[in-house]
Amino acid sequence: MRRLLCVLFIAWLAAPAAGQAASLSPAEAERTLQALASDDGDRREAAVAALGGTGDPKWLEFLAAFRDGNVYVRTKSGVTEVLVGGARSTRGDHDVIELKTPYDGAARGDAPLSSLKEVAADRRLRVAIKPFLDADETKLQLADPDPAVRRGAAIKLGNRADPRSAGVVEAALAEEADRWARHALAEALALIRLGGTETPARVDAARTLGNLHSATALPALRALARDTATPPTLRAVAERATGQIERWAMLTATVETLFQGASLASILLLMALGLAIVFGLMGVINMAHGELMALGAYATYVVQNVFRASWPGAFDYYFLVALPVSFLVAAAVGVVLERGVIRRLYGRPLETLLLTWGASLIIQQALRLWFGAANVDVASPRWLSGGVPVMADLTLPYNRVFIIGLATLAVAAMYWLLFRTAAGLRIRAVTQNRAMAGCLGVRAGWVDAATFGVGAGLAGLAGCALTQIGNVGPSLGQNYIVDSFMVVVTGGVGKIAGTILAAAGLGGLNKGIEPALGAVFAKVAILVVVILFLQRRPAGLFAVRGRNAEA
Amino acid sequence: MPKRELVAVGLVAAILVFALPVCNALPPSSPLHLPDFTLNLFGKFLAYAILALGLDLLWGYAGVLSLGHGVFFGLGAYAMGMHLMLEIGARSVYQSALPDFMVWNRVTALPVFWQPFYSGAFTLAAVVIVPALFAFAFGYLAFRSRIRGVYFSIITQALALSAWLVFNRNEMNLGGTNGLADFKTIFGYPLNQAATQRGLYTATAVVLVAAYLLCRWITRSRAGKVLIAIRDSETRVLFSGYSPARYKLFVFVVSAVLAGVAGALYVPQVGIITPAKIGVLPSIEMVVWVAAGGRGTLVGAVGGAVGVNWMQSWLTTSYPDLWLLFLGGLFMGAVLFFPDGVSGALARVGGRVRDAARRRPTDVLAPAGRQVAP
Repeated sequence: MRRLLCVLFIAWLAAPAAGQAASLSPAEAERTLQALASDDGDRREAAVAALGGTGDPKWLEFLAAFRDGNVYVRTKSGVTEVLVGGARSTRGDHDVIELKTPYDGAARGDAPLSSLKEVAADRRLRVAIKPFLDADETKLQLADPDPAVRRGAAIKLGNRADPRSAGVVEAALAEEADRWARHALAEALALIRLGGTETPARVDAARTLGNLHSATALPALRALARDTATPPTLRAVAERATGQIERWAMLTATVETLFQGASLASILLLMALGLAIVFGLMGVINMAHGELMALGAYATYVVQNVFRASWPGAFDYYFLVALPVSFLVAAAVGVVLERGVIRRLYGRPLETLLLTWGASLIIQQALRLWFGAANVDVASPRWLSGGVPVMADLTLPYNRVFIIGLATLAVAAMYWLLFRTAAGLRIRAVTQNRAMAGCLGVRAGWVDAATFGVGAGLAGLAGCALTQIGNVGPSLGQNYIVDSFMVVVTGGVGKIAGTILAAAGLGGLNKGIEPALGAVFAKVAILVVVILFLQRRPAGLFAVRGRNAEA
Repeated sequence: MPKRELVAVGLVAAILVFALPVCNALPPSSPLHLPDFTLNLFGKFLAYAILALGLDLLWGYAGVLSLGHGVFFGLGAYAMGMHLMLEIGARSVYQSALPDFMVWNRVTALPVFWQPFYSGAFTLAAVVIVPALFAFAFGYLAFRSRIRGVYFSIITQALALSAWLVFNRNEMNLGGTNGLADFKTIFGYPLNQAATQRGLYTATAVVLVAAYLLCRWITRSRAGKVLIAIRDSETRVLFSGYSPARYKLFVFVVSAVLAGVAGALYVPQVGIITPAKIGVLPSIEMVVWVAAGGRGTLVGAVGGAVGVNWMQSWLTTSYPDLWLLFLGGLFMGAVLFFPDGVSGALARVGGRVRDAARRRPTDVLAPAGRQVAP
């Protein structure tokens, strides 16, 4: 009889947990709290379910306090009270704690800790509490003004596929306006329904998941399609949905690889462009190119700090100022380098290579001494963080998109400079035949300095862009420089088209091989490919033909 | 050999091969005693000098600038290191027959390519043959398609970067970032004994003298003349009916072997070899030894290797921040002000003093590498 009563009691307590959120009358609440303070594990769990099932924020707050070990039982003149602990203090040699009633939080004075019994939540109860608190958190997030947060919450709910959150998701879906958040909510709802028991609803859910190309549902759908115990209608739909999702996943992966390849190619292009122009004009490989990039990156860092200190309100726009500043800083250093030392070595490319390497070591060490050896922190402006969601499971980060845009712009600007301006005409003339250009009155020395400055400036620009995707440290340049040399060597001398093609080819190839071989062996493979390629075209993609080609 | 040069080289060789080890063997109380540490340091410098000779042969004579010689140095060093690792046997920390890093990496059986390195004779052969074969394959592809000048330098630099990346990987079973270390014996002789180290030093000095004589012989031969001609104008050599690619390949392989031998002599004296010794920076540092000492003169290469490394060991301990600045300055200074290095500058000064004494006009040879591209 007692056992039967007990079961009935649990059933009654557990009833609200099954879905219908109900508020507790004071008497019920009192009984539930007493159950919580008892020693019977089943009764305590039922009590947690009852409190959590109300969905009332105040009760959830109480459960959180309970989980954190902040709920006590005080027995005073025969009356047992469950109370929540507050601020602690020391009085004499006692630790004293303020007490409040649960739910309404009325003050109940204070008591020495030693006179109280803690109502400890064991592991089982903590596990029982977690879903209620989580559900509460996701509910708050579902109401967040930021669609990305709402989307994240929906994805979390979908992963959990808890049938109890179906109502919440449905309600949120009805009000959602943002496309991607709607997508995530619909997916979450279908995931929840797929885990249900009614076949028609499950068939519907499986069909929806297939149409939504839900990668999260793939394992579950696969299992359903394979399991012979699944109802045949559901099985057929699950099978179809699996195919749909798999095809879509392949498409997504292809687009992602293409995007990553384009992004890497843009970085390589930004770095190699300046290098290639200088190499074409002067036959000089500028080993300090990487350090000029580092200078650009540090210039960005300094501009950021200036903005943070002086105009914190305009902080988001520091990057727009940093772009030209990094160009100018690197260009200035480049011109000094060219006028100071490189011009003395004209016609001796190997010596120039060593000379610029020496310069690179000095710049690198100077940066290390000035800014410290540790990486510095460059914050992304708000308009460059986040991304454009183009498909479910595929978000293109703004910073990468920005770099692709910047590289395109840089190439366009270089084309304009070289082929649409008088200065470009002079550069091309000197590139083709230095002596003849000199005879016709082109000041080759000035052209060298200006071109070297532009090349160095492009390096600075690349460095500025790199701050958005990688670490900024004194040895920043070293990490990328060999790659950009490979682009220049593959592209050939004096043709921007060769550099673009080589950057696109090597970037795409690298990202294409990487999944199969890993990053390290992909690099080795690139070296092998370049060497084999040079077997067929020793002077790169676009070699200059004619008598001048043989130096 | 002209008499004066014979005397000078013989004297330096005698000092390096006999005098220094004898000084080291003297009791510490003797005023001429050379501490073990200094002798060991010299052993390292002389190993580097062997490599510098090869690099000078390639760059100073044939005009081919390799920025990837650390790789060949590393191949020789790792070959020797693998043998020394296997000699440790069960005396390692984990008392397993396998090298310690394999125990960490949960490798249960010795990889096949390690097996032959149990044999000392095979190891000594590998020190020569592995760099030679690798240099042959790489050089064949590079020179056949006439990759030259800065193109060749860039490709060799990429080679150094790739080798560094690969040697850093644990799955290569070459010790990853930590490399090979903790050697106990070499061919049965304990490495922590002064006598063994003295023997290693003497071997290094003898090999250096032999390498010097070999390089000298090569540069004085007809092939040496062709090499210099290739440096000064490869196209003209080609049009004269020679095949520059073959000569360059030959000298590339010789220089790779010298680098490999240098690596093998380096490892037991220094006691560790890591990928950090074969990457882009160490490879290009090797070039500055030759540039600073004076390329195109074999003595300059040896002097540069010893001198720059001596500076390095002094600066990195006393003023660690200044070392890179100094190295960068050395690169720039060597190229701008001493195009033929310290030895060239000394020779010029010496020549001028002599001329002043004899009051006779000179016919100073044009310094190496001064030719202007057409």
